[in-house]
Amino acid sequence: MTESEQENARRIVERVARESYGRLVAYLSVHTRDLAGAEDALSDALVKALTVWPRDGVPQNPEAWLLTTARHSLIDFFRHQRVVSESEPDLLLLTRNTTEANVETNYPDERLKLLFVCAHPAIDPAMHTLLMLQTVLGLDAVRIASAFLVSPKTMGQRLVRAKTKIRDGGIRFEVPEQRQLPQRLEAVLEAIYAAFGIGWDDMAGADQRGRGLAEEAIWLARVLLQLVPAEPEVQGLLALMLHCEARRAARRGRDGHYVPLSEQDPKLWSLPLIEEAEHHLAEASKRGRPGPFQLEAAIQSVHAERARSGRIEWSAVVQFYAHLIRISPSIGRRAGYAAALAEADGPEQGLAVLDTISPDAVSSYQPYWAVRAHLLQRLGRTPEASEAYDRAIGLAEDPAIREFLLRKRG
Amino acid sequence: MQFALLIYESADAFASRKSDGADTYTGAWRAYHKALVEAGVFVGGDPLEVPETGTTVRIKEGKQGVQDGPYADTKEQLGGFTILELPSLDAALEWAARCPAAAYGAVEVRPLAPDTKRRIVE
Repeated sequence: MTESEQENARRIVERVARESYGRLVAYLSVHTRDLAGAEDALSDALVKALTVWPRDGVPQNPEAWLLTTARHSLIDFFRHQRVVSESEPDLLLLTRNTTEANVETNYPDERLKLLFVCAHPAIDPAMHTLLMLQTVLGLDAVRIASAFLVSPKTMGQRLVRAKTKIRDGGIRFEVPEQRQLPQRLEAVLEAIYAAFGIGWDDMAGADQRGRGLAEEAIWLARVLLQLVPAEPEVQGLLALMLHCEARRAARRGRDGHYVPLSEQDPKLWSLPLIEEAEHHLAEASKRGRPGPFQLEAAIQSVHAERARSGRIEWSAVVQFYAHLIRISPSIGRRAGYAAALAEADGPEQGLAVLDTISPDAVSSYQPYWAVRAHLLQRLGRTPEASEAYDRAIGLAEDPAIREFLLRKRG
Repeated sequence: MQFALLIYESADAFASRKSDGADTYTGAWRAYHKALVEAGVFVGGDPLEVPETGTTVRIKEGKQGVQDGPYADTKEQLGGFTILELPSLDAALEWAARCPAAAYGAVEVRPLAPDTKRRIVE
């Protein structure tokens, strides 16, 4: 095999790992409920592929090859552990059709069950996103730890604990009944959106943490949409993320400085992504079941409209925020509502909304202080504005936002 | 529990301190300090003078040696420290990420060692 053929084989291993990881882990763990075991078996298979494929050529069906190899290593593990008696049914399932030729190319897609397991109510909500990123997307603990600002060692331990709980805690790999579906789905959507938020915050790519996480989250939402096409909130979430993603290029100036949404050049927005977002939002709203993600997407849609009309319909943004707050009044939504109301009805109105939020709740919530500073500055209350700017600057993680606020503070 | 944020800065960052206080270096630090105090997590801390002002003393095999400057010869040098009272390492990492030095240098988070301290000061 030539060097370029070897390089090609390596690329195929990477691509199959990227595209099939979650599907393979889901299938390998659905009966055993042993996520860590399935991941270990799959990573063994991937390591083997890296030596075998460049030497013997890439198999006709790379995914089936990986599945067969991973299954064999799982079976070896079971035998080694001498737990055959209790795991007999699992072992039978795994040994069935173990020759590569027999592996059905369209083995069942169990990723939906896996997504629901990751966001199961018995699992700490803080772990939902992390489990998904690792088991469905195959991200390693070090990368997840960097993105979520946790020490890599701690992150590894938390993931192991969560997986042990899934294996031993009687959490079933199943799609919830229709009756429970909307509520259970909410946790899955929240977890995907959290991954997007992390990836979004560091969109500048100034550092390594979280790079590409926004794309991964969009990919997860697309997978979810294929699996549950009739749930409008899934499309709402996808539309929301696509709208934000469409503005990636416009969020930074040429020298890397931060550009706020209302000052972005719409010519830099991605029209195809906006159109796709609008398509999903329209499809979702046809079902007549609005929800938080559809409303968030609708707000982004109003902003996107500026590309055509040249103006922002702030009264519509206010309406959507008011609806969101009725569903659940998070601090972020109230701060967003205040900012929109200030644009629609004047800064006094916005400030009045901010004043209803308890100071304890915002002592380290950066966006609140940024909005407050902006509104105080518009009202000419300079000393108070400077104080609020300081709080916003001191709480900022993104150096570009810090510099933007330092400039505005003056 | 208490954590120390150890601030590591490059020669460029040290040099930018010399300005009159209206610069972004000072502005960012002033705001960060204010946020720490307002959030009720600040325990103490100080910036250190530039590394060249340091003098290192070591006694080896009964012989004392004095050396100009800090002992370690790395690109980034200790430029200051902040001590925070926080519930967890996660919270400390969050504050470290907000620290201006995280963007232009590095911030090491270390828990203080109260047990060792107790044995020493007793």
